[in-house]
Amino acid sequence: MRVLGLSGSLRRGSHNRALLRAAAAALPPDVELVVWDRLAELPAYDEDLDAASVRAPEPVRALREAIAEADALLIATPEYNASLPGALKNALDWASRPHATNPLRGKPAAVIGASTGLFGAVWAQAEARKVLKTIGARVLERELPVGQADAAWAPDGTLLDPALGTALAEIIEELVASAAGRELATVGTEAA
Amino acid sequence: MSTTAVQPLAGAYTADPVHSSFAFAVRYMGVSTFRGTLGDVDATLAVRPDGASLEGTAAVESISIRTPQQFRDHVLSEEFFDAANHPRIAFRSTRVELGDDGRAVVDGELTIKGTTLPLHAEGSWTPEAELFGTRKGGLTLTATVDRTAYGLNWNADLPTGGKALADDVALTVELALIAPDGAEE
Repeated sequence: MRVLGLSGSLRRGSHNRALLRAAAAALPPDVELVVWDRLAELPAYDEDLDAASVRAPEPVRALREAIAEADALLIATPEYNASLPGALKNALDWASRPHATNPLRGKPAAVIGASTGLFGAVWAQAEARKVLKTIGARVLERELPVGQADAAWAPDGTLLDPALGTALAEIIEELVASAAGRELATVGTEAA
Repeated sequence: MSTTAVQPLAGAYTADPVHSSFAFAVRYMGVSTFRGTLGDVDATLAVRPDGASLEGTAAVESISIRTPQQFRDHVLSEEFFDAANHPRIAFRSTRVELGDDGRAVVDGELTIKGTTLPLHAEGSWTPEAELFGTRKGGLTLTATVDRTAYGLNWNADLPTGGKALADDVALTVELALIAPDGAEE
């Protein structure tokens, strides 16, 4: 099983990339986390670049393929002005088209987040869940607010706060179970 | 080995800034507690035969929130302390009781962000004793205030319900009080 990870932060030392690494470490052995790291290469969403008569830009096609090939999506987002970063919203906008057949439709998705402030990007996570639900993903009603992220990490990359570590493991477990359920349903449909 | 003489407090004591602090604790996101201090505290305790009085101020800029800059800026902004216009918080007692049992009860007026309100604080005091050549006493007081009464009004609705930040703030003042003749050498 494959989980696709997206970090809403682009910077190299991103706490949200670190959070995805911590999530990867919490995955069961038969599940891999593949981080799609090309949000900065996506052009701003433009329907002229996305018409049936033209090929979507290569990074857009790569994003859609990466989502289609994954069994679940895990987003780690910081918070910019009480919302999700523009680059992440842009990626989700590209992924959402065409609406009826977009690769996120029915896909299990979870949102986690880290910020250097007190509240752990909790509003950005809520916004990301709202967007994902609108797109048609099956979104876990869970959040993981990692606040004061400058001081949140142990040297081995795990979360210092055991409660957050436990919550992350639970979210991963729930996401994997949701993806497994979807796979079973797909097999069942094919068998019928 | 020297013996440590203990005597009750008498005279005008000045807070040792290194070992004195004004601490606050406030719940956020319903379950977590954020703690911070104003480290730059200036206080005097005057103990006279007819009673005691306590006065003090603390610099808002000395708040322990250093990074991230956006967090510090927000706390110092008009939505919280408005440090530019109200750089210090201040307390002035109207009653100080230092009980024989070590208990301290203080009533007075606390000024934050230009608003002055009555405050009742309780805690403990320790008698004067010598430490590294300096004679010091100690006073620890705690109180709870409603930050919104002082105009520190910022809040936000959490996406999953409830408020981001509690109104009640627990205050703890720790004063290491240098005795009148016990100035640092």
